[in-house]
Amino acid sequence: MIVKSEITEKYLELYKNNINKISGISSPFFNSFRATAFEKFNELGIPTKKNEAYKYTNLNIFFDHDYENYFMPVPADFIKAEEFRCEVTDLDAYGIVLLNGFYPTLKEKLRQLPGGVWIGSLNEGEIQFAEKFEKHFGKYAKSETDGLIHLNTSMASDGLFIYIPEGVTMTRPVQVVNLIQSDNDTFNQPRNLIIAEKNSNFSIIICDHTLSPQKFLTNAVTEVFVGENAHFDIIRVQNEHNNACKITNTFIYQKKNSVTSSNNITLHGGLIRNNTYHYLGGEGAESYSYGLFLADKWQHVDNFVNVDHAFPHCTSNQLFKGVLDDMSTGAFNGRILVRPDAQGTLAYQKNNNILLTDDAKMDTKPQLEIFADDVKCSHGATIGQLDDDALFYLQSRGINKREARLMLMFGFAHEVIQNIKIEALCERMDNLVMQRLKGELSRCASCLVKCM
Amino acid sequence: MLIINNLKASIGGKSILKGISLEVKPGEIHAIMGPNGSGKSTLAAVLAGREFVEVTEGTITYLGKNLLDMLPEDRAKEGIFLGFQYPIEIPGVSMVNFMKTAVNEHRKHNGLEPLSASDFLKLMRDKKELVEIDSKLANRSVNEGFSGGEKKKNEIFQMAMLEPKLAILDETDSGLDIDALRIVANGVNKLKHPDNSFIVITHYQRLLDYIIPDVVHVLYDGRIVKTAGKELALELEEKGYDWIKKEIENNVTA
Repeated sequence: MIVKSEITEKYLELYKNNINKISGISSPFFNSFRATAFEKFNELGIPTKKNEAYKYTNLNIFFDHDYENYFMPVPADFIKAEEFRCEVTDLDAYGIVLLNGFYPTLKEKLRQLPGGVWIGSLNEGEIQFAEKFEKHFGKYAKSETDGLIHLNTSMASDGLFIYIPEGVTMTRPVQVVNLIQSDNDTFNQPRNLIIAEKNSNFSIIICDHTLSPQKFLTNAVTEVFVGENAHFDIIRVQNEHNNACKITNTFIYQKKNSVTSSNNITLHGGLIRNNTYHYLGGEGAESYSYGLFLADKWQHVDNFVNVDHAFPHCTSNQLFKGVLDDMSTGAFNGRILVRPDAQGTLAYQKNNNILLTDDAKMDTKPQLEIFADDVKCSHGATIGQLDDDALFYLQSRGINKREARLMLMFGFAHEVIQNIKIEALCERMDNLVMQRLKGELSRCASCLVKCM
Repeated sequence: MLIINNLKASIGGKSILKGISLEVKPGEIHAIMGPNGSGKSTLAAVLAGREFVEVTEGTITYLGKNLLDMLPEDRAKEGIFLGFQYPIEIPGVSMVNFMKTAVNEHRKHNGLEPLSASDFLKLMRDKKELVEIDSKLANRSVNEGFSGGEKKKNEIFQMAMLEPKLAILDETDSGLDIDALRIVANGVNKLKHPDNSFIVITHYQRLLDYIIPDVVHVLYDGRIVKTAGKELALELEEKGYDWIKKEIENNVTA
């Protein structure tokens, strides 16, 4: 008999006591997923270190805590968040503000941006675009091993909905500023759905900021459908305090000839786990997965990437880097699966890490499973210190050692950042990373959000 | 400008330099030649301040100061430049950012304001022209993906940007085709003036067809075994290093 951990029991209890309340907010279609998901969660539980995919990450310290809020904010909480709307961004982007991952529903629950994209609350998206919603929701976020996906499906009540209709090209990106704020310790489970139809072109930037010192745990699930020939870029900038835990689960499902990129830039955070799943579900699809983290003190950052080559002639590339200071720890797990039919696959993976102290620790694990023969795959992982020869080269030109170290770390990080296609954002990220490396607060000079 | 007196140095306990004395005066070009393994690059490393070389004896005085007490970056700011035999690739650090930081560190040291962005770009442009370096190279990461010749030209470009008082070129000619060699040598000749000096370390005489040295030293087994005018280089080209080795062996046995 399997003895369920007490922590898992706690969440089972939470579900039983609140399922009626949650179901009241969302639609019958959404609710139809909950019972199955709950059963699955009951079976899998909260991942522990015994779970191969969570071997290097201990979630207990955040799950074994009694939060005061487990569900979405009440309307009054949104009032403050609404004030930020349209003011936070000085990028040439459409600004959207979320509170704890939820779209403010005080005024319009769903709106159309100039250019044709719809953006708003998940529940409202389901009402206004029922057919699209039912076609995609719950289809991509699947896992036989990770209970957290199912915990989200069973209890999530709302989240962000974005619909990019066929052929719509957005020249300006959407910048989502996600404010994490509460007077109480809070567990958030937003559920997001992005539908990018055939021949569309869309970029989204999601910036997380914690605004109050309370303990936060976020377990977000985002499903992304990218239709034939569509282009989709998602950039996350994670900037949270040391008492916050963020788990993102992003499932990107691609059709023929589509091109996607995902870029997770982790500047700060207590415990971060990014699960990014790329499914190449049509010939000629391309997927680029990037990640960069800068960790210090007791922080822990873990990137888990799963690239599934299911069709021939697809390309994927993973580039993940970490800079670890003090006694921080990190992990990278990159899986490439090439299915038997996926001939002509090109799949690359690179993970490089710099340890700045003897106490910092990094675990990296490439995992290649190749079942086709006409395939080009490569992977490489390094964990090391700053290059002494490079350091001396800079010093020999009159640059002092401290500055030379900064330049090398910056150069190391820039290799990830330079893949951001939005030039202004690329520059912004360079600045934020430089500030972070110098030990300053990484905050945009013009940003009104005073994050902590 | 530079006085080296009885310099002895070792790497990992192994003695490499076994008592080198030499003086370089302003405006002079010194060539240091010698067979592989004679200690040429170690001497360059000591002058630039590499930590892995341990100086066990002797002194180096540069412009009246004790060079061995100075950090590598301070030596650079005081006007010493090392052209690397194997320039380092630094991905992610742009040439522009690298040079801007270096130039402004030099200016700060000399009590000058940092250059404005436009003045800096103008300086880059002028120096690129001077050393005939491809414009595109300056827009890339430091040495990343550069060919051997491009890397060496980039060293000369950096030298032009930093205007050193004493430049040490460590086998800058190795691996260069004749055109690249000419560009490198032209760069040196254009930058030469009565107040600055060069130490050109080379294995072959070839480079010295283009850069005419005032003094030629032959380094062998960690010692300077011969010092003469530029005609010594020609003699070495003709006869190789064996006659010098023989001469030394004869001296030892005699």
